[in-house]
Amino acid sequence: MNSELLIKNGRVIDPANGVDKKCDVLVAQGKIEEVGKIEESAAESVKRVIDATGKLVVPGLIDIHVHFREPGDEEEETIASGSAAAVAAGYTSIVCMPNTNPVVENETDVEYIHRKARQARKTHVYTMGAITKGLAGVELAEMGFMAEAGAVGFTDDGNGVQDPAVMLRALKYAGMFDVVIAQHCQDDRIAGNGVMNSGYYSTILGLPGLDPLAEEAMLWRDIQLLKKIPSERIHYHLQHVSTAGSIELIRSAKKESLPITCEVTPHHLLFTEECCAEYDTNYKVNPPLREVKDIEALKQAIADGIVDALATDHAPHLKSEKELEFLTAPFGIASLECALSLYIKALIEPGILDWSGLIRLMTEKPAKIIGIDKGTLSKGKQADVTIINPDAEYKIDVNKFRSKSRNCPYNGWKVKGKVEKTIVGGEIRFEA
Amino acid sequence: MALIRKSKQFKWNRKHLLGLRDLSTEEITYILDTAKGFEEISTRSVKKAPPLRGKVVVNLFFEDSTRTRNSFALAANRLSADIIEFTKKDSSVSKGETLLDTAKNLEAMGIDIVVIRHSAGGAPKFLSRNINASVVNAGDGFCEHPTQGLLDVYTIRKKKQTLEGLKIAIVGDVAHSRVARSDMWAMTKLGAEVIFVAPPTLIPSKVSQLPVKVSYSLDEVIEKVDVINMLRIQFERLGGNPFPSIREYSHYFGLTVERMKRAKKDILVMHPGPINRGLEIESEVADGNNSVILEQVTNGLAVRMAVLFLVNQASAQKAVKK
Repeated sequence: MNSELLIKNGRVIDPANGVDKKCDVLVAQGKIEEVGKIEESAAESVKRVIDATGKLVVPGLIDIHVHFREPGDEEEETIASGSAAAVAAGYTSIVCMPNTNPVVENETDVEYIHRKARQARKTHVYTMGAITKGLAGVELAEMGFMAEAGAVGFTDDGNGVQDPAVMLRALKYAGMFDVVIAQHCQDDRIAGNGVMNSGYYSTILGLPGLDPLAEEAMLWRDIQLLKKIPSERIHYHLQHVSTAGSIELIRSAKKESLPITCEVTPHHLLFTEECCAEYDTNYKVNPPLREVKDIEALKQAIADGIVDALATDHAPHLKSEKELEFLTAPFGIASLECALSLYIKALIEPGILDWSGLIRLMTEKPAKIIGIDKGTLSKGKQADVTIINPDAEYKIDVNKFRSKSRNCPYNGWKVKGKVEKTIVGGEIRFEA
Repeated sequence: MALIRKSKQFKWNRKHLLGLRDLSTEEITYILDTAKGFEEISTRSVKKAPPLRGKVVVNLFFEDSTRTRNSFALAANRLSADIIEFTKKDSSVSKGETLLDTAKNLEAMGIDIVVIRHSAGGAPKFLSRNINASVVNAGDGFCEHPTQGLLDVYTIRKKKQTLEGLKIAIVGDVAHSRVARSDMWAMTKLGAEVIFVAPPTLIPSKVSQLPVKVSYSLDEVIEKVDVINMLRIQFERLGGNPFPSIREYSHYFGLTVERMKRAKKDILVMHPGPINRGLEIESEVADGNNSVILEQVTNGLAVRMAVLFLVNQASAQKAVKK
């Protein structure tokens, strides 16, 4: 058999298969052929041998929450620029959010994204579709057609579904297609016109606050809905959980074995509301940056296995859009391109997770949430592999980003963990 | 300048006045002392002094204002500056120009000081980072209104000699009040005890971390305080329905003749204006012997002259250093 790639002598971490050892990975015909000790002579006509000594060899990373802004806001990001950023960051699969212009709400919209992704030929690009038409929270969007076209879940991200009757209907209906309903939990009546966490800093800065209750009240409501729905095919996913109160709700919902998962972003692990003190709009994000106690609760939840995925909520914006008053600038942080290093800083360095734990939350677990057959190095699976130099230090420089946007508050940070190579379907799509 | 003879070693070096939270007690006192020197100019027959001659001050107002805008204009006039009036209605902001572009365009015309009022908290700070002119905050959202805070403490100091040990009630929509915040910073830095009096729905988040006490009962507070500052109910900023009716609000939080009977004889009654007669304050009280509401306006002029003078001076010194 013709083999394309032999990755030798790396520390192979494949949490799904309980692998964490020094060995080799053989890739043939775009698939994982073998993981173990492989003699070069045993592999016929290997086209390329990669020496991964001192490197980590892991399943390709998966980010289930990004905004690539296409269609509609291509000046901020395109599927091509976002995909290039993704592979440079070690991501072999990403999931776009549907709050584009137009909104992703039918099969044509889904196919458009897939076509752009094929043209870009970088990372695997998936998309979620809208739960409701126009993200308006009133009528269900065509979930069935979208699911058939390949949508991996549904969300009105950017908005929470306000009406409990609509949410109940969405959860029930989605059960027919076995797809996840992902919620941006925010009760708009409590949130009001808030632009940062409601607390000491919003008070002294004179900015309208976003109360943690806005997130928690909707999450509590959704959990009550989940309890009432008899179907076994329901799956509810809480996006970008940000408060200690939400963590408590998820913890107890999981104890009751409700079908609920959640994700955490880097910024909710690394920044507090205090970062807004100088009205720097690069820290304006929704859900807002919270307090130290919330960060501690998120980290504890990660350590306890309550959190299911690490996702960036990569939200690119133009410089001119962010150069506005804090009140009027758009929400969002662009962090896809340095995400791995941020997780290392937030979770590995303080000893909250080991490497295997981190990789699990960036591969196997997120793949399960969206129901794709990825996130492992099992024999026969598509060869999505990321090679990481865990100790390489570098300085984050937004001007070197492949992403079109620069709204990244991590600019200038000294961090660890460089992506060396990103292999998508057996093809090297990125090399440092 | 002879006006600032009390200065000793202290040197004012702030090019902008963005808020009172960042100011030291010494800096606040220095502005008040400087204002004292300027008060005299308004009593002259020729009400003008030359320190800002040849300088251009822009009144950049994105929110309605009569008192503050005119006060700044008059202050600049008395210091011999040229004034450009820029209000939202007759500017290109309505055509979608950003705050930054508006300010940069004005700056390109060669202005020295921007006096800005804006509905977004932090807008003056944002501007100060992006333009070379001095920026003076004339009210930003519900963050700060520093010259109001200064004229309030100036008025109190004039009447009571010192703020040290005074009890001061600030009554009304504290949550949405920039005046309450600037007052709080200035008054507490000068040694007064501040009590916010409002229904819980109009008390800001995490107030326990601020240097103030909180009361929901004006009746309990009225007997104890030396100064009472009645805030205007800002119908334009109130979200939702924080109290059931004006009638009920006035009943609990209005400064009435009846309530005044239980106050200290020498209590100072203040209000940043414009007043809603019969709502937060009864006419007899607003116009009564304890009221210093109009003196606040008079003092505002001297304070704003001092502020314009000081930021310009600091700006000139910085330019020389460069």
